Amino acid sequence: MSTATLERIESIQALENLVESLRSRPRAGTVVSVCLGTGCTAGGAIEVYEAFKNAAEQLGMTDQVEIKGTGCHGFCEHGPLVVVLPEGIFYNGVTAEDAPEILEKTVKSGKLVERLLYGRKKEKIVHEHDLPFYKKQQRLALRLNGRIDPRSIEDYLREGGYLSLAKVLHEYTPERVIGEITRSGLRGRGGGGFPTGRKWHICRQEPGTPKYIICNGDEGDPGAFMDRSIMEANPHAVLEGMIIGAYAIGAQHGFMYVRAEYPLAVRTFQTAISQARDLGLLGEHILGSGLSFDITIERGAGAFVCGEETALIASIEGQRGSPRQKPPYPAQKGLWGRPTNINNVETWATVPLIIEKGPEWFSAIGTETSKGTKVFSLVGKVKNTGLVEVPMGMTLREVIFDIGGGLPKNREFKAVQTGGPSGGCLPAELLDLKVDFEALARAGSIMGSGGMIVMDDRTCMVDVARYFMSFLADESCGKCTPCREGLKQMLSILERICEGQGQERDLEKLQELCAAVRGGSLCGLGGTAPNPVLSTLKHFRHEYEEHIRDKRCRAGICKSLTSFRIDEDKCIACGRCMKACPVEAISGKDKQPEAIDQDKCIRCRACFDDCPVDAICVK
Amino acid sequence: MSLEAEPKTGRTKKKDVARDPVRERVPLVGTLQQIQAECGYLPRERLEQLSRETGIPLADIYSVSTFFTQFSLKPKGKHVITVCTGTACHVRGAPVVIEVLKELLSVGVGDTTGDGQFTLQTMNCLGACALGPLVTIDGKYYGKMNRSRIMSVMEKYGVNGHAGKD
Repeated sequence: MSTATLERIESIQALENLVESLRSRPRAGTVVSVCLGTGCTAGGAIEVYEAFKNAAEQLGMTDQVEIKGTGCHGFCEHGPLVVVLPEGIFYNGVTAEDAPEILEKTVKSGKLVERLLYGRKKEKIVHEHDLPFYKKQQRLALRLNGRIDPRSIEDYLREGGYLSLAKVLHEYTPERVIGEITRSGLRGRGGGGFPTGRKWHICRQEPGTPKYIICNGDEGDPGAFMDRSIMEANPHAVLEGMIIGAYAIGAQHGFMYVRAEYPLAVRTFQTAISQARDLGLLGEHILGSGLSFDITIERGAGAFVCGEETALIASIEGQRGSPRQKPPYPAQKGLWGRPTNINNVETWATVPLIIEKGPEWFSAIGTETSKGTKVFSLVGKVKNTGLVEVPMGMTLREVIFDIGGGLPKNREFKAVQTGGPSGGCLPAELLDLKVDFEALARAGSIMGSGGMIVMDDRTCMVDVARYFMSFLADESCGKCTPCREGLKQMLSILERICEGQGQERDLEKLQELCAAVRGGSLCGLGGTAPNPVLSTLKHFRHEYEEHIRDKRCRAGICKSLTSFRIDEDKCIACGRCMKACPVEAISGKDKQPEAIDQDKCIRCRACFDDCPVDAICVK
Repeated sequence: MSLEAEPKTGRTKKKDVARDPVRERVPLVGTLQQIQAECGYLPRERLEQLSRETGIPLADIYSVSTFFTQFSLKPKGKHVITVCTGTACHVRGAPVVIEVLKELLSVGVGDTTGDGQFTLQTMNCLGACALGPLVTIDGKYYGKMNRSRIMSVMEKYGVNGHAGKD
């Protein structure tokens, strides 16, 4: 797919004509959509895609079927994924060898390739929309993932892409655009949840020019990949949102700030931006209107703090990514001291949809205070790892158990961590919590950018707190003392507890440090950094106390506090533990383990993880 | 800084273009990324040269170079092994994988083996959580790692963890 055939469009009418002609162009009846998201690609999806292309040619089916490489479908756990459209037949775990068979059987003769269907033998599910993983989802930001080729602007146009921009330029004043976004109730998807319309309004009102807008694609929360998937699957929706934003705010230039760890997202945007320029959707006098606006890609370089807006701005200006005091807010004094509006990827991608369908349609979805849908990356100890988009207000239980399928090996649910390092861990008692900005904050966590990490009974909550402190102490920019020194102290106390050297007074000290860091830090990183500690102290205090008083880690994670034993009643003498042990610490005859030599044992958990009947337990 | 940070005038008309920071700026992070892509790290000579060409003080360039984890002032090994330490990988057992690699290669995280073959590093989430614990070697993904799987991957690179050679 190239845009070489498309010419620069000079008017709104010409854009509408182009969309019409693209839609009426004859197309292959069947589309084989191959997920080329990062998860599937790591599992060999590029080879699968190539195999389909070759097979279609060899079988002489190129008129009949279009092979489409798309962005992330979302069901990463079961990749590589292939969906045959328009029927929506869903195949998982597809390899290159399966390609000719799918073409011959499914595309040519309408038969199914049973072994590639999802589900157990007798309960195979044929259609994508019938999968429990997709059934309860409502996909807005992810609406075109898996349906369009992110490298093809034609695909986006055919779906009505850039028509929202045309509508805005043709019919709306900038004030009206801001009014529509305000009425929709859209709040920033990057973590803070600030009302988008208000943010735009403040920036528009500022007298300084030029004005800038920035798309924050520095998705730094570990365990979160929502923005990556949108950037890699539907870049033009983000661009269209930004151009609409530029019109509303009165900005002349935009920056697309993408994390360095996401090279595919950078490449996808480079292609998308040059296509949009060729078509006259970026640059001088967009669609023949008075709007002139262009976008530059800026790559991050691996600093979590750069997700904070003032740090991000410093980094674009060519300085260290250190945050500064607010106010003045970026909307007043941002990039090079000029009014600057920053929104997150998901927020920008939602904008064209609100313009298309209207603010009332959007605000009808969700809860009283949180409108629309939210994309979550559901990861960790959950069966169906992947990208999930649900209306605000769905309960954690529905997300984790109905969509996520529960925990692998049906282990016991212990906690779900939301909001990344600024968020908290919520226990089983809160599974019926309705997820929105306020509810999560009340429970001691935050919505954040949408990471949702599920933890089972074999996860140590003290270790989780230690993990986040180590992450944050490492990522603290060092500018202000409470964050730089406070996090280090908290980390050292948590390390001490995990090593079995914890003291009674440590929990009190942690609480004090939390209050000091929260109150005294310069930016959001330090301000929210205590959350992982506070939330685990609140909901899992008994685990801390066990570490300190009983010198025991019930999850078997903290090595100094763990020893394993064999439960003879449960043991089925399969010998797997003996085979798994790297130091031959498990004695016994044939496949019957007798005892674990505690001096030899290095607490690597290999036997613990391998045992099929949980006969290896923590003492 | 040679950058003219504050354009005085209001609207961007043609006469103002020369004072437009978007056009005038030296994208320092981007330039350093280019140098690192070429050389594999940031050699001092190149940074000195950059300072001379742009007028940005060397100290400022170093300040930025040492701030971002992507940049390395030391050459890296022939193979770069990256262990993802995102939360999902952590709870699924990334610490064990790091431990095994440290043992196998006899290096710490961030270090390069004496023969210059391997650099071991960690990264805070590669965003492919379904594959966790995840390791990449020279950009190639190895998913669902554990003690034995990472050992067999490393065998392909000629690193054998067991006593004696087969």
